[in-house]
Amino acid sequence: MSAAPALIAQGNDSLREAFGKALSGLADEFQNVVVLDADIAGGTGVHHFRKSHPDRFIQFGIAEQNMMAAAGGLAATGFIPIVTTFAVFCLRAVEQARLSLAYARRNAKIVASHPGLDVGPDGGSAQALEDMAAFRAIPGMTVISPADPVEMKLATRAMLEFDGPVYMRTGRSPAKRVFGDDHTFEIGKGKIVRDGKDVTIVACGVEVARAVEAAELLAADGIEARVVNMATIKPIDSELLARCAKHTGCFVTAEDHNIHGGLGSAVAESLAASHPCPIEYIGVKDVFGASGEPDELAEQFSLTAPFIAKAARRAVARKKKAK
Amino acid sequence: MAQPIPFDRRAPVQSKQPLKALPPNLVSDLQASAAFVRQHAIASIYHAGSGHPGGALSCADILACLFGAELNFWPDSVNDPHRDRFVLSKGHAAPALYAVGAQYGFCNKREALKLRKLNSPFQGHPHVLDMPWVETSTGSLGQGFSVALGMAMGLKLHKSQARVYTLLGDGELQEGEVWEAAMCAVHHQLDNLCAIIDYNKMQSDDLNANIMRLEPLAAKFRAFDWAVIEIDGHDIPEILGALRRASSTHGRPSLLIAHTVKGRGVPYMENIPTWHGSVKLTRAQAEEALGALGATREQIAEYLA
Repeated sequence: MSAAPALIAQGNDSLREAFGKALSGLADEFQNVVVLDADIAGGTGVHHFRKSHPDRFIQFGIAEQNMMAAAGGLAATGFIPIVTTFAVFCLRAVEQARLSLAYARRNAKIVASHPGLDVGPDGGSAQALEDMAAFRAIPGMTVISPADPVEMKLATRAMLEFDGPVYMRTGRSPAKRVFGDDHTFEIGKGKIVRDGKDVTIVACGVEVARAVEAAELLAADGIEARVVNMATIKPIDSELLARCAKHTGCFVTAEDHNIHGGLGSAVAESLAASHPCPIEYIGVKDVFGASGEPDELAEQFSLTAPFIAKAARRAVARKKKAK
Repeated sequence: MAQPIPFDRRAPVQSKQPLKALPPNLVSDLQASAAFVRQHAIASIYHAGSGHPGGALSCADILACLFGAELNFWPDSVNDPHRDRFVLSKGHAAPALYAVGAQYGFCNKREALKLRKLNSPFQGHPHVLDMPWVETSTGSLGQGFSVALGMAMGLKLHKSQARVYTLLGDGELQEGEVWEAAMCAVHHQLDNLCAIIDYNKMQSDDLNANIMRLEPLAAKFRAFDWAVIEIDGHDIPEILGALRRASSTHGRPSLLIAHTVKGRGVPYMENIPTWHGSVKLTRAQAEEALGALGATREQIAEYLA
């Protein structure tokens, strides 16, 4: 066992831990799952799998390009390889994911922990704010970013049942519970978490909890916000977005990612094609991150509930002006 | 990583015995195959109006030995989980791969002349969804090596006797991923993996030595603990012997450093980096090349029709 798990604070409720436990729990059912690690199993949550199924845990060392492409070879021999590393190191192997996984249409899964500002103190170099944009641009690549530990467990199963390459974001810090035990998850389907008629807030990952908080703030002002958990960034649920456009007429998107290329762009592309309407973007505004605690960073980079609420008011005002 | 996993298990297609003596006619058959590979590659590059002739010609003998003698892989075993795999990591030598595939019945000889054409499955670099028998999609250097490594791992997990072969270019070795894979294959004791380097000493722009030096190449791989065999990559018996030695190596992967001549068989191309490609061949150049490669006047007319 490496010393890493003891060094990194692992709240039992972080998305990476939820993923690691879920994967380990599903391993007997999915006998052809193998886990690929680049020396950070303690950080990605797959230390659970390493302990429960050491025979199907493959160490690649700190060499992500080889690991990503080798997953293509393992998939070609009938395995479901789960490539695990930090989101920022997935970026280093995007081209391997493109050619050896997506272009060859392999049933391989990439599970990235430590996405976005949620990484915290490790600082700007470690905070991947571009990963969803990069993977979303690859044809045939499904991109998902679950919101809480309950959804992560469901998404892990859905990912294994799904035939095709998937990029899934987990998360480092303790995640707020958003969903009850009756929650369901389907790849490609967004879900209305809270209903409202004035504005739709579309969020993914850690921003879903903040969006729910923002809706509370808005309710105090008499604005009824609908909150959509858009856990699948690609393929985006255009049908749900169209319905929300009809019902609310304006949007805020919220993601722990650059505002370029991620959820906001996916929502805008979809709505521009069918129901053009005002959209405000919450996300990191095309800059790099920095060191700090996740909550401090969320505040500094305008990702918290008050900023989402403010953006919602702007969206509502734009909608009224356009009428 | 050694636990058996539910898998459609059946006996290996054919057990691999060391060759005590080469069957009569094998060498001349393989030489004829290699000649066909070279001719067909030149013809398809001529029709395409682009493509990489130099590195296709240098690896023709290696491909002929693999497909004609070494691989437990035939057109009717493309879906056999226990087939041997071949991955062309130097994907730009696709014309030679398509030619050897055509020679051994994996694809149609006439169709394979539609290299690089719109709606043709014979893309400029191999794509597994177009042709399953190419095993994976390549063209970005270094990746085929890693994919082959992943296949070797997978076959070991399945407790299969099948082997994985991959052909790399020498310039390709400048990719960092190659050395990640080189380290990994030894660590995981992938003795079912055999990498072959088409060491023609040249790459796109110039000699390896002038672009980014590779030497001492054998020493580098030996330092990584590969079983290294250096051979003349145009000598059929030597290639066959080295492949057999590789398949009886236990506990570590094998590397064949095949010393070759870029543009081999076409005098005006030999050892001139410009013919790495991608080049447009004139009809006169194609005729001259095919003639030098032993095609008859009638065959040349047919190839270039």
